[in-house]
Amino acid sequence: MLRMGDAEMSDSVLSVRDLVVEFHTRHGALRALDRISFDIGKGEVLGVVGESGAGKSITGSAIIGLIDPPGRITGGEVRLNGERIDNLAPDAMRKIRGRRIGMIFQDPLTSLNPLYRVSEQLIETIRTHLPLSAKQARQRAIDLLAEVGIPAPERRIDSYPHEFSGGMRQRVVIALALCAEPDLVIADEPTTALDVSVQAQIIEVIKKLCRERGTAVMLITHDMGVIAETADRVAVMYAGRIAEIGPVRDVIKAPLHPYAAGLMGSIPSLESDGETRLVQIPGAMPRLSAIPPGCAFNPRCPQVFGRCRVDRPEPKPVGNRIVACHLHDAQISEAAA
Amino acid sequence: MSAFVEVRNLRRVFDVSKSWLERTIEREPKRYLTAVDDISFDIAKGETLALVGESGSGKSTVARMVVGLLPPTRGEVAIDGVSMHGSDGARDRRGLRRRIQMIFQDPYASLNPRWRVDRIIAEPMRAFSTEADDAACLARVGELLRLVGLDPADGVKYPHEFSGGQRQRVAIARALAARPEFIVCDEPTSALDVSVQAQILNLMRDLQDQFGLTYLFISHNLAVVRHMASRIGVMYLGRIVEIAPPKQLFGAPRHPYTRMLLDAVPDLAMSGRKRQGVAGEIPNPINPPPGCTFNPRCPLADDRCRTEIPPMLDGVACHAIEEGRAAPARIALPA
Ligand SMILES: Nc1ncnc2c1ncn2[C@@H]1O[C@H](COP(=O)(O)OP(=O)(O)OP(=O)(O)O)[C@@H](O)[C@H]1O
Ligand SMILES: Nc1ncnc2c1ncn2[C@@H]1O[C@H](COP(=O)(O)OP(=O)(O)OP(=O)(O)O)[C@@H](O)[C@H]1O
Ligand code: SF4
Ligand SMILES: [Mg+2]
Ligand SMILES: [Mg+2]
Repeated sequence: MLRMGDAEMSDSVLSVRDLVVEFHTRHGALRALDRISFDIGKGEVLGVVGESGAGKSITGSAIIGLIDPPGRITGGEVRLNGERIDNLAPDAMRKIRGRRIGMIFQDPLTSLNPLYRVSEQLIETIRTHLPLSAKQARQRAIDLLAEVGIPAPERRIDSYPHEFSGGMRQRVVIALALCAEPDLVIADEPTTALDVSVQAQIIEVIKKLCRERGTAVMLITHDMGVIAETADRVAVMYAGRIAEIGPVRDVIKAPLHPYAAGLMGSIPSLESDGETRLVQIPGAMPRLSAIPPGCAFNPRCPQVFGRCRVDRPEPKPVGNRIVACHLHDAQISEAAA
Repeated sequence: MSAFVEVRNLRRVFDVSKSWLERTIEREPKRYLTAVDDISFDIAKGETLALVGESGSGKSTVARMVVGLLPPTRGEVAIDGVSMHGSDGARDRRGLRRRIQMIFQDPYASLNPRWRVDRIIAEPMRAFSTEADDAACLARVGELLRLVGLDPADGVKYPHEFSGGQRQRVAIARALAARPEFIVCDEPTSALDVSVQAQILNLMRDLQDQFGLTYLFISHNLAVVRHMASRIGVMYLGRIVEIAPPKQLFGAPRHPYTRMLLDAVPDLAMSGRKRQGVAGEIPNPINPPPGCTFNPRCPLADDRCRTEIPPMLDGVACHAIEEGRAAPARIALPA
């Protein structure tokens, strides 16, 4: 699925256009998201990868209207099934959160209250969104815990969050996000703390959700294996911008943007002998207060040339993807051909 | 007493009973969960021992007992000959504190939200007076921030102003601050993108080469573990079921659980290979199966496996291997 221009995609569950998020600090405005645009279709999984600090979590928080001050959306729009949601009143937004958009936060502590049993938290959320009796809600909670792979859920459901291992807590959070059967799930590092076998189980749960209920999923993760297995398309972010977005196979196997290429090249492989050093991209991502003019990646880019230091590369279609890099501007590719 | 870190017959039981009142009403007995059961291993100086295993298998519980944060129900941990838990050795332990650091699985919980990041990183240096003065301390904070890929100017910020991976890097910088000799790393890089992860892992290897650091390294990412570890212990339901150097473990895994775990690795090459989930239900740690705890999911289980706990023999705890009923798997990895 390719987005072009401003044409509304009829089957887009989520549509983000030119979204800008800024933090107003004593030292001026810091731009954490700088005009990002993407769509997620019904039953589609969009993977989001990129440098730590690139703005992946902020994108998720902006969509659900949960950016903490001093941060706020200062440009662009967000639509859910065609309806604008970035300018809703807090009350209206609260209704959408949890019911129509399910969230799995990177920080499991923000989702679970340490003072309440897991059962209380699940049942309360289920009953806020679905017309079920307490008994039915408890049964549904137990089923959900079983689905995300908690052993003996009827027994563990009455535990407190701290009595679970890190990975089990994360699975409780996933159950919590799915319990109201939302249209869109934003999952921020849902499998980061999980071993490969549980990871496979969670991925299966997410895929089943897309297949059977047409749920759209925004899956933020650093794990390229998970992306390769789960996502239909992938967006690569760098310094608050989208560098490249396209079908997952193409982007992983033959990335076009030099940052995306560097990222794919850093993946440690199971065949590594442990003697060689891992490949890393030299340098570090710029701080938000010191994003260079032109392409944000230019100080670290092995293919940088004159224009990169002056003009910001705009996202442009290249085949079935969108790439923001001067190397892939139409004129240059033609000249090179 | 030869190894730098010695762990002997470590066991940890948690009481997971409901309250006395609820138990009385529902006529339920007390319930216990054995998170770690009879674990022993050594780590030599300058070595990296990795622990892998299913979520809930007890890796973090082992880590917390090794650094002395959680008392074991039974068993012993000694670091450089000093017992970490016994009533004697309290004074020696104080001397050890600077030399041991831990990077927690959950960086949010481990950073004081009201402190600026430069204070957080400087805290171990102040506590153990490792730097000559404040200026030296500040300089080192800047250097550490740069080493983990952050900017020295980031020191004035508070933890909530950082992304998840940036906070994890702050935690890593703090762990390195007092120049420890032994670092227990619980999922140190799982919050990081692969390029920053490569930078941190390279840094950890460099420090090990330069200063002979010793690591206990917990991660669920098998490629990372393969790259970092000198030896890998595979945990299942509170026990170590196999322990071997990476070449051996990945080339010829022996324990049936290890084999399943390797088959479950996601396929990045997208060759179309179907990822094999680990078969069967994850067992309930409150009522673990008798005998070998892996028996309900094991294709090789027989009656002996269902009654008798297999001892650790030559790096693997499995009756089928001991009886020669299972030839080691040869995994052909592409060159
Ligand atoms: N409250 C805040 N004040 C100032 N800057 C902030 C604040 N919260 C986040 N940021 C900055 O916004 C940027 C984007 O953060 P975000 O959490 O979206 O990153 P991320 O891509 O999710 O990274 P990670 O992979 O490490 O989780 C970061 O550079 C971070 O420092
Ligand atoms: N304070 C506690 N009270 C009760 N049970 C606990 C407590 N801490 C841990 N457990 C239980 O002990 C078992 C092992 O937990 P641990 O955190 O060591 O697992 P882990 O291997 O680190 O898992 P993960 O990969 O998910 O982090 C789990 O079943 C967990 O629920
Ligand atoms: S625009 Fe220039 S600097 Fe940026 S990624 Fe492309 S080639 Fe490199
Ligand atoms: Mg994040
Ligand atoms: Mg753990």
